[in-house]
Parts: sequence; C-alpha cells; structure tokens
Amino acid sequence: MADSGEQNATSVIVEKLRGWNAQAVSEVIEFHGETTVLVPRELLRETAEYCRSQLEFNFLSDATSVDRFPIEPRFELNYHLVSIPKRLKIRLRTRVSGSDPTVDSMVPVWPGAGWLEREIFDLMGIRFEGHPDLRRILLPADWEGHPLRRDYPTEGFRDVPSTYIPAFKKQ
Amino acid sequence: MTTVETATGPAKTMVLNMGPQHPSTHGVLRVALELDGETVVKADPDLGYLHTGIEKSCQDKTYAQAITLTDRMDYLNPLGNNLVYCLAVEKLLGLEVPKRAQYIRVLMVELQRISSHLVWLGTHAIDMGAMSVFLYCFREREEILKVFERFAGQRMMTSYIRIGGVAVEPPAGWREMVGKLLKMLPGRVDEYEALLTENRIWQARLKGVGKINLEDAIAYSMSGPTLRAAGLAYDNRKVFPYSSYEEFDFNVPTRTDSDCYGRYLLRVAEIRESLKIVKQAMDKITDSGDIKTEAPGIVPPQREKMKTEMEALIYHFKIFTEGFSPPPGDAYVAIESPRGELGCYIVSDGSPKPLRCHFRSPSYVNLQALPKLIEGQLIADVIACIGTIDIVLGDVDR
Repeated sequence: MADSGEQNATSVIVEKLRGWNAQAVSEVIEFHGETTVLVPRELLRETAEYCRSQLEFNFLSDATSVDRFPIEPRFELNYHLVSIPKRLKIRLRTRVSGSDPTVDSMVPVWPGAGWLEREIFDLMGIRFEGHPDLRRILLPADWEGHPLRRDYPTEGFRDVPSTYIPAFKKQ
Repeated sequence: MTTVETATGPAKTMVLNMGPQHPSTHGVLRVALELDGETVVKADPDLGYLHTGIEKSCQDKTYAQAITLTDRMDYLNPLGNNLVYCLAVEKLLGLEVPKRAQYIRVLMVELQRISSHLVWLGTHAIDMGAMSVFLYCFREREEILKVFERFAGQRMMTSYIRIGGVAVEPPAGWREMVGKLLKMLPGRVDEYEALLTENRIWQARLKGVGKINLEDAIAYSMSGPTLRAAGLAYDNRKVFPYSSYEEFDFNVPTRTDSDCYGRYLLRVAEIRESLKIVKQAMDKITDSGDIKTEAPGIVPPQREKMKTEMEALIYHFKIFTEGFSPPPGDAYVAIESPRGELGCYIVSDGSPKPLRCHFRSPSYVNLQALPKLIEGQLIADVIACIGTIDIVLGDVDR
C-alpha cells in the first residue's frame, strides 16, 4: 500500500500531464495505491516522451496487454513506468479496438520496449507502428493465431494428430 | 527460424549458430552470430524453445491453483516466483499477511537468492574452464536445497509461499539447520574468492568484457546485478520495499566497472548481504505465531477448526472447488529476484480465475541487451556475457 505522500506525488504528476496537454489524460484510475493514466491511442507516444524527458520517468519496467473480449475496445495496453530519481511508479494505459489493433511503438522512447512489444505482438496480435524489428519472438515464425487472446482456446486449435489415431486402432 | 542479414556481404562474414544445444547458453537459447573472423559483427538471439504458455495456463486455473505453475518459470528461484504471485493476489484482495509469515518469506527468498547465485557462480566458472568451483558451489547449494526440503517437502518446486502466508509451520530443528548453513557459508564463499578473484585466467577472461554504460542499461530496462554493476543502487528491496524488507539492515552493493568481472564481484557481495538478512530473519521469526492470515473463503482454515466448526469446513470446500473471486481491478507487484526485477501483473474481472496474469521476467528483459554487449567483441566473450547476464531460459520463455 502506498502512503499518502506517494499519492500526493503521483497526483502532482497527473496535474503536470494535464497542464501539458489536457487531452492526454482521459481518465485517472486509483486502485490499491496504483495510479493508472488512461491515454488516447493517438497521444500515447507523445505522452510517453513527455513522461520520460520532463517528468523523469526514465525506466520502463514492464509493458503488457490485456484482452477483454468480447467487450469493445477489447485490448488494453499497459506501460509500467518507474522514475528512479523520484522513486515513483505510474501506469500508462491505452485502449485498442479489435478491428484495428495498432499502436505507436515505444522503442524510440525506451529501447527496452523492443522485446516487450515483440512479445505482445506475438501472443496478443497488437501491431506496433515504428517498431524496428516486429517479428514473433516466443512462437515459431509460421504460427497461426495469437494464443493469449481470450478467443484462443487454452488447449489450442489443433486436434490429435490424424496419423496417430489409425495406428492406435489397429492394435 | 530467424536469419541474420549480412551487412557487409557474404564473402567477408559468416553466420554461426550458437545453441540451442550449446552448454554455455544455460538451457536452450540460440544466438545467430555474424562473424568477421573471430569478431562478432551482429548477434540475433532466438528464443522460445522452452515456451510453455504459463501465462495462458494461469488464466485457466483458480488463483490458488496457479501457484504451482509459477514454480516452473524460473527454476532457480521458485520461491521468488511464488512470492511475487502471492503478493500480487494479496494486493488485489487487500490482504494483510502476519509479520511472522513475512519474515519466513524473507528467510526463504534470501536462501533462494544465495542458492541461485551459487548455481550462477558454478556454471559461469565451468563456462570459463574452472571445473572445481562448479563442484564446490553445487555442494553448498545442495545444503540449501535440503533446508527447502525440510520446510516445504520439495527441493525445487516448493510452492511454499501461499496466498495469505506460507504453507506450513517451519519444521522442528530448522534453526539448527539454518544456523549450520550460516556458519559454513561465509568461509566457503571466501574459498571461491580465493580460487577465482585473483586468478589470472579468470581476470583475463572477464575484465573489460561486456561493458555497458549506465544510460544504456537504464534505457534497455536492465535490472538486478547487471544494472547495479553499472553503478546504480537500484534494488526493489530498498526502493519499493515489500514483505517487511524495510525492517532489515543490509547494503545494496554497487560497482562502476560494469564488465563481467564487476558483475562477478557484485554477486559474491550479494551472497554476503543475503547471509546478513537470513541471520536477521532468523532472529525475527518467533517460535510461535501465525503463519497465515485469517481470511474466511480465501485462506484455507486450520485443520483443527475444520473438525469442530461447520463454517470452516464449508469454506475449505468452497476454496478448493470454485476458488475465490477478488474484486475487479488490477495490481502490479515487483520484487527483486536474483536476476533483477521480477514483476507480476494480475487483472481480475470478478471471477474465480484471473482475466490476465503476466510475469515480467528479468531474464527476458536483460537478455534484450545481449547484442549490445557482444557486438564488436570476440566469440569467446559471448559466453562470458551470456553467463554474467545470468539468464534462466525457463524464465525467459515462460
């Protein structure tokens, strides 16, 4: 649980973001001491750049995605930022629709986003505009589908190999 | 399959596959190296050989069931994985854990850090050609695993840390067992240092190899010993304390040389710091007290209560059949694993299964900087660099 001093510090951050561009903050969510700033998809990279250069959020701790299928917009992208000098954490979130899952890449802002975004692309199927090397990373390059989506069954789509069943019946 | 694009033409350079069966890649990592003679021009790590879809499987299990899956990610740090997952679920639920259970968690996680660093030191030494250090390190690690076996019944896949506390009471005679370890280990660490630190071959292989400056290390989101060896005292135990780490007195060792040799010295210093924490945790753990919190419907009730109280029996049945449902929301918790920042992000939609369970694994993110470390170096240095980043492929691929 974050203490009240930390809460004040993050609300100052949110006010600064609002002062810079009122449209960049469409919603602020406070839950269990974590601050989430909801950013429109178009403004995500600019906001991230502002956070890094002006608000000292120099460390990208994590980037991840959530699929809320069948709710639209179904995808949520979360960037967990840490300010090492200020000892603060903040989360930037943007919502992406299933029909056009593309977002601006964060690699120009934090090079460390490279593999984290490749993982999201691989497993969730969200494309990142301006990513220098957007390939599958964990799954084989010829894999079909994106397994972390909610409409992808946990057991996968593939059946028992057909070559196996007749041989089994013969015995 | 990935291919390395040749920048200067095929006549001059050649592409060499290192791994996935190469012993020094510590698992199944393949690095496609473009070589100009013995110099690495370009490197492209290829992962996923050990991808088991643990995040997807977690979404198909109840919150309590998923703990056993977390053991299997970073198999040198199962207790740390249990801890980060439980902390995230506890944050979602707003659950407070008794102090005694928190100290037991700290004790276990710090012993795990020592054992993980011992495995690192041993395997790294064998990569560099020092066979005997490997045997010594594994001898000591075995003693630590015996402690885990006594505590949890398992040497590696412990699942000892549970939501709301720890699984069982510490076993009889645990103080003597851990006390013996504390007596033995400092001298043994001195022995490793006597074998390695001033060793001319060891220094020649490691000094000045795999340098990365602090700005790049932060920009590439590196964490753990690799970041601290670059000169920044960033440790989640100090910066964002969890599990009562703020009550423990320990230092965060840093170095400024930021090469493989610096990372080696840093990890040895971390073993000594962890021993200090283990000692303090031992003093803090009282002989009696709670090992898990009272939370009906979330934490399984005590055996005795189930025999006398009907509610306890009902809760027990409900926990193990349908599980419990945290309120909708999300939580991100980061702890300091032996390899760096280990994070867990859980999203609940109010059902008994997580909507999303994501693990930010330190090995995965640190490995990203490997091409930066090795490009322009010799091929023998690639092994030293992979070793000192300290990757566990189970953690990378999940």
